[in-house]
Formats: sequence, C-alpha cells, structure tokens
Amino acid sequence: MMDRNRDSQRRFDVLVIGAGPAGMAAAVRAAERGGRVGIVDDNATCGGQIWRGAEDDHDPDSKAWGSRLRNADITKLLGMRVFHQPEPGVLLAEGTDDVCELRYTNLVVATGARERFLPFPGWTLSNVMGAGGLQVMVKSGLPVRGKRVVVAGTGPLLLAVAAYLRKQGAEIPILCEQASWASLARFGIGLLGRPGKLVQGLQLKKELAEIPFAANSWPIAAHGGQVLESVTISRGGKTEVIACDFLACGFHLVPNVELQSLLGCQIGGGYVQVDEFQQTSVQGVFCAGEPTGIGGVELALVEGQIAGLAAVGEKSAAQKLFGERRKARRFARMLDRAFRLRSELRSLPSAETIVCRCEDVPYSRLQDHRSWRAAKLHSRCGMGPCQGRVCGPATQFLFQWNPDSVRPPVFPARVGSLGRVVRGS
Amino acid sequence: MRDSGSGTVTLSVNGSPVSVPAGATVAVAMAIAGQACRTSVSGEPRGPLCGMGICFECRVSINGTPHCRSCQILCEPGMEVRTDG
Amino acid sequence: MNATTYDVVIVGAGIVGAACADEFARRGMRVAVVDRDMVGSDATAAGMGHIVVMDDSEAQFALTRYSQQLWQALRRELPQDVEYDQCGTIWVAADEEEMAEVRRKHDYYALRGVPTSVLDSQALQRLEPNLRDGMAGGLLVAEDAVLYPPCAARFLMERAQKLGAQLRLGAPVTQIGEGRVRLSDGVEIAGGMIVNAAGAGAPELTRGVEIKKRKGHLVITDRYPGYLRHQLVELGYLKSAHSVTSDSVAFNVQPRRTGQILIGSSRQYGAEHRDVDQAMLARMLQRAQEYMPGLGRMSAVRTWTGFRAATPDKLPLIGPWPGDKSLFLATGHEGLGITTSLATARILVDQITGVRPEIPIEPYLPSRAVKEVAHA
Repeated sequence: MMDRNRDSQRRFDVLVIGAGPAGMAAAVRAAERGGRVGIVDDNATCGGQIWRGAEDDHDPDSKAWGSRLRNADITKLLGMRVFHQPEPGVLLAEGTDDVCELRYTNLVVATGARERFLPFPGWTLSNVMGAGGLQVMVKSGLPVRGKRVVVAGTGPLLLAVAAYLRKQGAEIPILCEQASWASLARFGIGLLGRPGKLVQGLQLKKELAEIPFAANSWPIAAHGGQVLESVTISRGGKTEVIACDFLACGFHLVPNVELQSLLGCQIGGGYVQVDEFQQTSVQGVFCAGEPTGIGGVELALVEGQIAGLAAVGEKSAAQKLFGERRKARRFARMLDRAFRLRSELRSLPSAETIVCRCEDVPYSRLQDHRSWRAAKLHSRCGMGPCQGRVCGPATQFLFQWNPDSVRPPVFPARVGSLGRVVRGS
Repeated sequence: MRDSGSGTVTLSVNGSPVSVPAGATVAVAMAIAGQACRTSVSGEPRGPLCGMGICFECRVSINGTPHCRSCQILCEPGMEVRTDG
Repeated sequence: MNATTYDVVIVGAGIVGAACADEFARRGMRVAVVDRDMVGSDATAAGMGHIVVMDDSEAQFALTRYSQQLWQALRRELPQDVEYDQCGTIWVAADEEEMAEVRRKHDYYALRGVPTSVLDSQALQRLEPNLRDGMAGGLLVAEDAVLYPPCAARFLMERAQKLGAQLRLGAPVTQIGEGRVRLSDGVEIAGGMIVNAAGAGAPELTRGVEIKKRKGHLVITDRYPGYLRHQLVELGYLKSAHSVTSDSVAFNVQPRRTGQILIGSSRQYGAEHRDVDQAMLARMLQRAQEYMPGLGRMSAVRTWTGFRAATPDKLPLIGPWPGDKSLFLATGHEGLGITTSLATARILVDQITGVRPEIPIEPYLPSRAVKEVAHA
C-alpha cells in the first residue's frame, strides 16, 4: 500500500507565492522581522519572467534583491507549483516528483502576469511565439544570430524584446505597435515625469535606433509551410509582406489571478482588489505586483515590500512606502491607457483560425455562443491543459465573454497530488 | 543561459542525437533539431508559444513520460525526448 | 412565444428535456422548451455520460436496457462531437465475494438477452493491463457505451427544432402548472401539457416531488490514448449507489474519445454548495489509484461537481402528476439520466398519445410516490 503522505508538510508565518520582483521584495521585507518565511515558484531560479538570464544579473535591482533574498533566512521552494487550497491556511504545491502541504498564517500572492495572445491566420505556425516567449527561448539557448525576427503586438515589452534580440544578433525588419502615434506620444510625454523610466528608454535607444518602428500597425497573417516564412502586416492602412524566420508577437500582459480567485479574493475588472496595505478581501491574504494592476518592475517592488511588511504587522514601515507606490502607480495607469487594444484586432481571425490551441477550436465554432461556459461545453474551447490561460483573454477581447469561476486545480497537477489527504493541523 | 561556453549537452530527439549549449531547455533542443514538440488535435505541428509554462504547446515526452513542458526543463545528457510520445 | 398555445411546454433543456422535445416533435406536436441556462447544462454537463444497463431492480433493468438499445439505434446519426463510443463496461471484482456477484449478474443478463462475458483474472489483465495486479476478474458488458452529454442534448434539441420546436433560454421558470409556464421576465407560455424535466430543480417547481440532490465529483486528465479501453466500475459502486444516507465513493473510470480519462465517482447527500470538497475528492482519487495505480502520475486538468436528482426508491418519475391534468414529470434519474433519457421520452410520449409503451410504466409513475404519502 502506497504511503501517500510521505511528502512534506511545511509551516510558515508568511508564505510568498511567486519569486518575481514583487514576491522577492515581499519575502525579504517579511524576513527582516524574523519568523518563518517561505517563497514558492515553479521556475528553477528566482526572478520571475522579467529577471531571467545573465544580463539581468547586471541589472542593479535584480542584483540587489537577489542578493538580499539569498542572504535572508527564507525557505526557497523552487520548481514547485501551487495548485490548490484544500482548506483555509493550507496550500498544496507540486514539484517534479513530490507534493507539499504548505501551511501559512499570512499569504502574499505575487503571481505576476502572462502575455496576451490574440489569434490571427497562421498564428499557430512554428516560430510564431510570444514576444516574451521568444525572448525566453533565446535566453535559454535558441540561436537567433542572422535570423530575421518581426516583432509585433503592443506594449513596452516589445521594445525590450526587440532591443535584446538585436543584441543577440537578430535582424529586426520591423516592430509593429498597434497603438496610435498619439497614444504613444502621450505615453512618451508621461515618461518625462518618470526619469528612471526615461533613462531606461534611453538605454534602449541605442539598440532600438536601427529598428524600423511602425505605430498603427499589426499582424494580419503569418505564412509558411511547416514553419513560418513570412508575415503580412497592416501599416498605415496598407498591407506589406515581410519575409522572416520568427514572429515575436504579444499584446501586452494579463494578470495571473487564478489562485487569488480560488482563495476567494475579490477580483474587479480582472485585477485583484487590495487595500492600502495590499491586503485582499480575504483576511491575511495579500497581493502585490501585476495581479493588482500591470505596472512593471518598480511598482511590483514597492507593492511587494508593502505587502511583506503588512503581512508581519509592520504597518508604519509599510506606510513609509506609500509615496513611492503612488508615483509608480502613475506609470501603471499610463501603460494601461497607452496600450489599449484597438477594435480592428477583433477582425483578425478568419472563420478557420484556431482560437483554442489546446483543442483546435476555430473561430467559426465560437462566435454564436453567448458565454464562455456555453462555448466551453459545446465546443471544448478552454477544456485543454492551459485551462483557458491563452484562449480566455483572447475570447474575452473577441466576444466580451467573462471567465468562469475557478476550481481546483488552478494548474494541472498529478492525480496523486490532487488526491492528497490533508490532515487537520 | 547562465554561463555559455562551458560545454554542450547531448541528448536524443526523436531517436537522433542533438547537441545543445549547457543550460539550454528541452524546447530549445527541439527547435535546434528542427522538430515540432507536439502534434495538435487537428494534426498541426506545434512548438512553444509563451515560453513560461502556461500555454502547454511545448509538451514533449521525456524518458517515456508524456506531457512534459519542455520550455521549463533543462536538457540533461542522455535524455530521450520525443515529439508527442 | 406568448401568443401560441403549445401542445407541450418542457421545462429543462438537459438530456431528458431535449429527448422529450425530440420525441414530442417527431409525433407531430407543437413543442416549446425553456431553460434558465443553456442546452445540456447542470447534471447533463457535469455527468459521466455513460450508457449502462443496470440490474438493481427489474424496473431499472427494463428502462436502462430499452434506452441503451435506442441509443444503439441512433448511433450512426450522432455527430462527431457527441463522441459516442461503445467501449463497453467491465464490472471489476476485487475478490471472490465480488466474483460471485459477477456470476450472478452474468446469469441475470443472460436470461434477459444482454450479452456479457465473465472474465477471470488473466482475461481481465489482458483487457485492461493498467488495473493493479490481484483482481479476481470481472464482467464485460460489451454493449455499454459512453458519450459526451452536452452535445448529445444539443443534437436532440436541434432535431426537435428542425421539426418546429421552439427554444427559449436565459430566464428562470418561476411557476408551472394548470397549462402555463411562467418565467422570471414575466413571459407566460401556455401549453396543453407541461413537462417538468428540471432534474434537481424539479421540486422547486412542483411541490411534493420527492427529489434530493446527490452531489458528485469528477476529475478529467490530459490525453493518454490507449491507457484505458473500457469503462471500469468496481462492484462496490452498487453499494455506493444504494446507500440512502451516507457519503460514499466508488472506483469508476471512463475512456473519452479524446484519450482523456474521466475519473469518478462520489455521492453525497445534504451538500448544497457546488464547491469541490477536498475530503471527498481525495477519497475518490485514493480509491481510483487503489484500482489503477498508474492514474497517480497522470496530469489532472479539471475537477468539477454536479447534482444528481435522486428519488427515494431510486427510480425516475415519468408520467402524469396527480392533481394537475396538464402536468407531467420526467425527472429523478440520479446517475442514469443519460442512459435512460431516450426511453424516458418514449414511454412518456407513448403514455400521452395512447401508444402501448414497450415496457411496463407503473414503476416510474409519479402517482406511486404520491399514493405512499397518502397512506402514511
């Protein structure tokens, strides 16, 4: 008879979910006050999506927080993914070969964001990836020297990705930003109020100088046999075909709020609602970073600190950071306004364009349904392992469907892990 | 990639040996080998989209275990990776 | 919809309501169907979609067998997305006591013309190598099948609509009876006959209908084609389904056409909320792994719950509701709604149109329950 409870049980005063900037900051500040602090992330290293790879080790913020995390008395549970809350105060997390019961008094959920993908003809071809997606692949060893990469979509991530790829020797024939020049200009002007951001922008300027940049521009279709060969883009009302090896395409970011939703936290407009101390509607559950509003690294770092301090009762220390957060939040609001999706993007998919990639459900099978749930039950859209993380935001934009309520597992988990018997404390 | 230049890793992709820089992920190995990670429900060849383990397009079989998200798994010497599996 | 008086107004567009709509429409009647949600929601969306013969009682056998044969006759017309698959059921015996039950079932079915095979331990292993070692054997019921219920319900509803049936979705029904169905948005639909096919919601619409919610949990895995060939049920399932009061789990897995494995089953009384209950889920999955250890390493993609509509005597309510000449019931199917939907529709419409039903209808008449209340 299998000993199903041989896997570990751990107990924390503060448990942080997500080891990106917000999570790292929360864990570090919480640990300063003593007590048992733990941090969980499904990646093998800390840093989340934004601080990945050798060059980020030279980023001053990444270096500083990485060092503080290493030197603090914090239990790091890497390569573990939280998938369920079987009862209040307990989370279940799964690694490659084990499952862990994590008991906590206070929780900081810093689950970050993922790219938004929108369907268009040919988007399922090999070598069409997210912008962040291609960047991660290159950071993980994919050679792009001498390759042609079209970068498209929306958001500041495109600039960072284009600059990075250029440094790795890729040729960027064009960067297509769907926002209008007016939106971008307002964003640019807004950056004058944020000197740090501007410096960042100027640092990118060198790499970006030789990249043709088009606003009011978006991908119409990707073409190729087994792999991508060219992309048709819309630019200034005209279409152009551009030969390329890769298409790095993403439409800004979607907050990861599934776990918070499972925990019963109030979600408004797609974001986790928090008070001034980053506490959610659930007592003892805090949220920091992108899930409360897409705002980039600086906002994540200050929100993470406030959450970590508040989680250990250090309210006055947390209050000292409110001013910094206010400033960082202005950037977040600018981001939101500048990179809103234009309605033309709703017309990109043709009837045959696959919208749900896990189940290969085309646009034509979805358009007549009134709700996400009806579409799911009748077409299988959203029934695959991505649990709607890709097709959910896409169909929300295309059809204004609202997502379903969240059930466990919030991430696919082994049957054996899901069936873990949780003993009362 | 942490520290390039410190060597390569050789693994098997669909029966053929592939050498990749140390620290590369299995998804990168598939790309270098020119192999699709999986075949979709309607028969399309698929590879990584998100690069961060949420889209499930990069799933491969590793040493006989199906549904492994290759973008989050580092290559190890002697690994046997198969499309679909 | 307001102006017409329909021959029949059906409340509930689940598998039973859809089957009834299809049957009434085929006999030339003007049909309206109402549902607060969509076609194939609630228990139809949540259930395992099996088509099984059961021998709990003669009446249960008669209804399930009749209906199974109706599904078989229909199979060629079912579209792809209904995923009809005659994979068969194997009732798994873990020990000699359960093997005796296997032989009893075999004889019972043989007498009634249902082909089954007794499998010894080796034969079982050959058919389902992923069952753990040491099983005593099993009973293969080759004519059992599985399908995907929401699309089956949609198929039946669309057939009815092609013959003129009207469908109104989105507004909950507030009142039914005396030839009228009233919706929450104020609309009233008149019908010579009203059919309450509202499943676990039936008692809210017709006072006195004795139906209790019996909550179940399910888990579905990612795709593992070829791992499982037949629906597998432990013989303890019968004990679980029998129990009127306690919470129970039983090993029950099903191969889907997609290659996914559907894992059940659990039964709870008195649980009114839809949330996944970790204690029940864990019990159910532990039980499943006891029979098929390999399940433990499979990726579970989703879990969900649903409410079966359970009657005190475990037989559905099909026929006229005493006290209201216009009102009929087609509800209370517990875990056999998909299986018996087609036969339910047949015998209901037969009763109404004066056609002699293929099987005796007395065991399912709603008046049986009301009579008992009167005598109490």
